[in-house]
Amino acid sequence: MSLRITLATAGRILRQLRHDRRTVALLLVVPALLLGLLYFMYDGSGATFDRIALIMLGIFPFVIMFLVTSIAMLRERTTGTLERLLTTPLGKLDLLFGYGLAFGLAATLQGAVATGAAYWLLGLQTTGNAGLVVLIAVVNAVLGVALGLFCSAFARTEFQAVQFLPVVVVPQILLCGLFVPREQMVGWLEVVSNALPLTYAVEALAQVGVAPDPTTTMWRDLSIVAGAAVIALVLAAATLRRRTA
Amino acid sequence: MTHAIEVRDLVVERGKRRVLHGISCDIPAGSVTGLLGPSGSGKTTLIRAIVGVQIVRSGQVTVLGQPAGSAPLRRELGYVTQAPSVYADLSVRENARYFAALHGLGAAEADRAITDVGLAGATHQLVGNLSGGQRSRASLACALIGEPKLLVLDEPTVGQDPVLRADLWSRFHQLAAAGTTLLVSSHVMDEAGRCDRLLLVREGRLIGDDTPAAIRARSGTDDLEEAFLRLIRQLDEVAA
Repeated sequence: MSLRITLATAGRILRQLRHDRRTVALLLVVPALLLGLLYFMYDGSGATFDRIALIMLGIFPFVIMFLVTSIAMLRERTTGTLERLLTTPLGKLDLLFGYGLAFGLAATLQGAVATGAAYWLLGLQTTGNAGLVVLIAVVNAVLGVALGLFCSAFARTEFQAVQFLPVVVVPQILLCGLFVPREQMVGWLEVVSNALPLTYAVEALAQVGVAPDPTTTMWRDLSIVAGAAVIALVLAAATLRRRTA
Repeated sequence: MTHAIEVRDLVVERGKRRVLHGISCDIPAGSVTGLLGPSGSGKTTLIRAIVGVQIVRSGQVTVLGQPAGSAPLRRELGYVTQAPSVYADLSVRENARYFAALHGLGAAEADRAITDVGLAGATHQLVGNLSGGQRSRASLACALIGEPKLLVLDEPTVGQDPVLRADLWSRFHQLAAAGTTLLVSSHVMDEAGRCDRLLLVREGRLIGDDTPAAIRARSGTDDLEEAFLRLIRQLDEVAA
């Protein structure tokens, strides 16, 4: 791995993104608009909005970055740039961490816009600090990037790649405790829920909602999410083959 | 070292189909070798084996004294795939600068490569907005960066206008004169005469490996297209 090549790769990915203004606009604005929608849905019940909007601030970047990355990586494969890159001094992890870094930065901007809109325009209230919400959102986005990179190895077409959203992402959303509190789930579902990284991201956000200062549980949860992202990146590296049939 | 590339008994299978049937050949250093054959003959597969991205069934490929695909070779190799593998959503310069950065080089080297392929007037254009010929030259520029010892080019002149094609070939010979080894595939025979040496491939077998002059002499015709046909007929007669 080389820091120079990783940074050059992240820069290249951000430059690609910059040329695609519509994608940038969608990335920045859509989560805030969806939060606006939630605000009107839960009109008049501030506590429910606070609980759900807080969790959504973590879920949106995860879903969006998962989708964006799995398509971006699939494009690298189908256009032949990946094959070419693998004949250069670039290491597999340079490429993957380059993606993590680039989309992590994009997610920081996205998270700042969405969190800013939630607190200032929509009156979101949390006991803890909004900065922590952005931090958790970014770590979540990196998890989405890592899982997207990993899953794109199993897709040959864009149609297949988008199908991994319902397979990999939706179950995590269903089981993270947003719809049914986790302790009310059947035993085996709770076990599954315990094994899914998004569960910990949601728990960390809930901690920010109720505790004035960062709690140990929050830091533990955040480390679990970050660890899962690193594991997914390493697994993705294992799926990148220099030699193919 | 006299041979930049040594291929021994190379067998490649894709799925259940055998694509290369035990190819052996040597490619001399500091020369332009043409890899010719009809579409589907196995040219790209041989090229992929040489750059080390092809899973091979058996046989050895040695490049610059090392097994094909080994890590030190990645600094010595420039590879242009058949479909232009550059980022369509980046400008020509941004593409070249990225590939320069991978080799630890800067903007000056990137700009020189762009000028070398005649794209100096299009540096700020998005690759996606270029014509097919310009796009493959952008891809070529990215391979020229860092003065690789070995350049492997899969059909680099497809879709180029005749003047540019002549320019590119003279550029290839300049590079070879400076010590670079070039392996250039093509399915058009009029380019064969521009090579120092030819490898003729048909149906996954090597049917000719010689200088254009020797191939002309052996088949008794000056026309290389006709020479290729005669070689095939001779082989078919031997087989029959």
